[in-house]
Amino acid sequence: MTDSVFIAFQTNDDTRAIVEAITHDNAAATVARFPAMVKVDAPGRLVVRRESIEERIGRDFDLRELHLNLISLSGNIEESEDEFVLHWGN
Amino acid sequence: MNMPISGKPPKKLSLKENYALLTRGLGWETSYESMDKVFPQCDFEGIKIHDWDKWEDPFRLTMDAYWKYQGEKERKLYAIVDAFQQNNGQFNVSDARYINTLKLFLTGVSPLEYGAHRGFAMAGRNFKGAGASIAAQMQAIDELRHAQTQAHTISHYNKFFHGMHDPIHMFDRVWYLSVPKSYFEDAMTAGPFEFVTAISFSFEYVLTNLLFMPFMSGAAFNGDMATVTFGFSAQSDESRHMTLGLEVVKFILEQDPANLPIVQRWLDKWFWRGYRLLALVAMMMDYMLPKRVMSWSEAWGMYFEQNGGALFNDLARYGVRMPKYHDVAAKEKDRLSHETWGIFYNYTHAAGFHTWVPEEGEMKWLSEKYPATFDKHYRPRFEYWRDQQKKGERFYNKTLPMLCQTCQIPMGFTEPDDPTKICYRESHYRDNKFHFCSDGCKDIFDFEPEKYVQSWLPVHQVYQGNCFRPGTDPTAPGFDPLLEVLKYYNFNVGKDGGEYLDSEDKKHWEQWTGKPGVSI
Repeated sequence: MTDSVFIAFQTNDDTRAIVEAITHDNAAATVARFPAMVKVDAPGRLVVRRESIEERIGRDFDLRELHLNLISLSGNIEESEDEFVLHWGN
Repeated sequence: MNMPISGKPPKKLSLKENYALLTRGLGWETSYESMDKVFPQCDFEGIKIHDWDKWEDPFRLTMDAYWKYQGEKERKLYAIVDAFQQNNGQFNVSDARYINTLKLFLTGVSPLEYGAHRGFAMAGRNFKGAGASIAAQMQAIDELRHAQTQAHTISHYNKFFHGMHDPIHMFDRVWYLSVPKSYFEDAMTAGPFEFVTAISFSFEYVLTNLLFMPFMSGAAFNGDMATVTFGFSAQSDESRHMTLGLEVVKFILEQDPANLPIVQRWLDKWFWRGYRLLALVAMMMDYMLPKRVMSWSEAWGMYFEQNGGALFNDLARYGVRMPKYHDVAAKEKDRLSHETWGIFYNYTHAAGFHTWVPEEGEMKWLSEKYPATFDKHYRPRFEYWRDQQKKGERFYNKTLPMLCQTCQIPMGFTEPDDPTKICYRESHYRDNKFHFCSDGCKDIFDFEPEKYVQSWLPVHQVYQGNCFRPGTDPTAPGFDPLLEVLKYYNFNVGKDGGEYLDSEDKKHWEQWTGKPGVSI
């Protein structure tokens, strides 16, 4: 079984679109909802794409805005202007 | 200076270039003094670094973005704190038992945030590499923010409930608060590499999810919007810190193969120390939240065994293995919260928060979550205590306990393979005998006995007469040593601690809200 990476956000209007974008771009992602918190797990790799978020919120989005509502994550990070990737392995 | 502008404006820097200018661009090789003299703490731990430029920055948050987003987080947090206060949110939590988690948090956790601020400021000063130094300095600012926001948020509760009036004074003196205090000071008195491995990696990456995810989600579930907001606001910084921790460990391991055994020993040590510290969180989750989100055992399975397991699988390529005694933690996961709550039930008259016997409905939840252990080992004890209490004989333990020399928790944990037998270990050092709650704590002592023989153990200090206010006369007629110790702690004796059902907090809650003091 591939180990999971995860990312967790506060539950609010900003993150609804982010979580939708993530589940759209990561077919294997699973979403768990807790009080005030939403946690997305994905086997091996999870990508957050700027364009997918922008399509859903209808404005420009700087991926560093993720910090505002981020609760926690796991995995190695690759970060660029367009993508924020969590993964295990090289 | 009307220079003609020729051509296009310069191209906007990429995130990577921008961050490289902030970090590498700001570092330099010293010339008047040797680098080794300027950074004297970089070598003594035995860690070999050959090329600081190989450092990979975990999050590329440049200063402009850092202030912008941190400012937004603060505005959001304080707007919620305002709304919470204006709506008397303190009366909308599940019931006044919940408030006791905040007392423990403010006195036991918030001072660690301040300790982290100091520790990372020192680590930032002591690293030779600019990338690592800047990450540590930014974390130092974050940690100060956490200490401040927690004090601000919880200060509102202090207007209505007991036990939150003097957290820093208590942190430096109270017996159970020596557990977090000694943990953090152990890390701060190590070298810079051990400090970041201990705090950024072992604590923040491997263990703090257990505190800030299920517990803060629990705060929301119990109606405390103020606490969940400072908790998640802090945790959003924590994500950067965790990533720093992972980066530090990978960087050290990649620099020299001789670093592996040193790092593995730190991972073993700091896993066990952090895990013992989290015994307090286990009890908060299973006993102190009137409305429960998940059990300690479930949280340990999700955040350590599953998520932490994935992390260690990933690090296996560097030769790192799972921390020693993780199997013992797994054996203890169905016992830890019950044993810890039992200790505090015994000693609550000497604590700054209340304890109680769980209600029947809560015991049913505990039976369901802990089918193998609760009904067999712990329910009978609670029922006995409940009966005693009904007869007006609420049990308070008047004898001070033996503390573990390493973690400083009273020695109430049981043998890994026998939940009915208290676990004792001991070591001899310089003609003295030292006591431990576990093999994990004994190993830590045995490797660095000179460090741990200096531990300020509260029970020893009480018996030596070092925990009284100046001018106290132990020979005076009617001298009550316990009362004098509680005064030294600056407790409101009889109000901050003791049985919840008999407490002024409960009485006030019922008067002010018209709701029962026990919601279930």
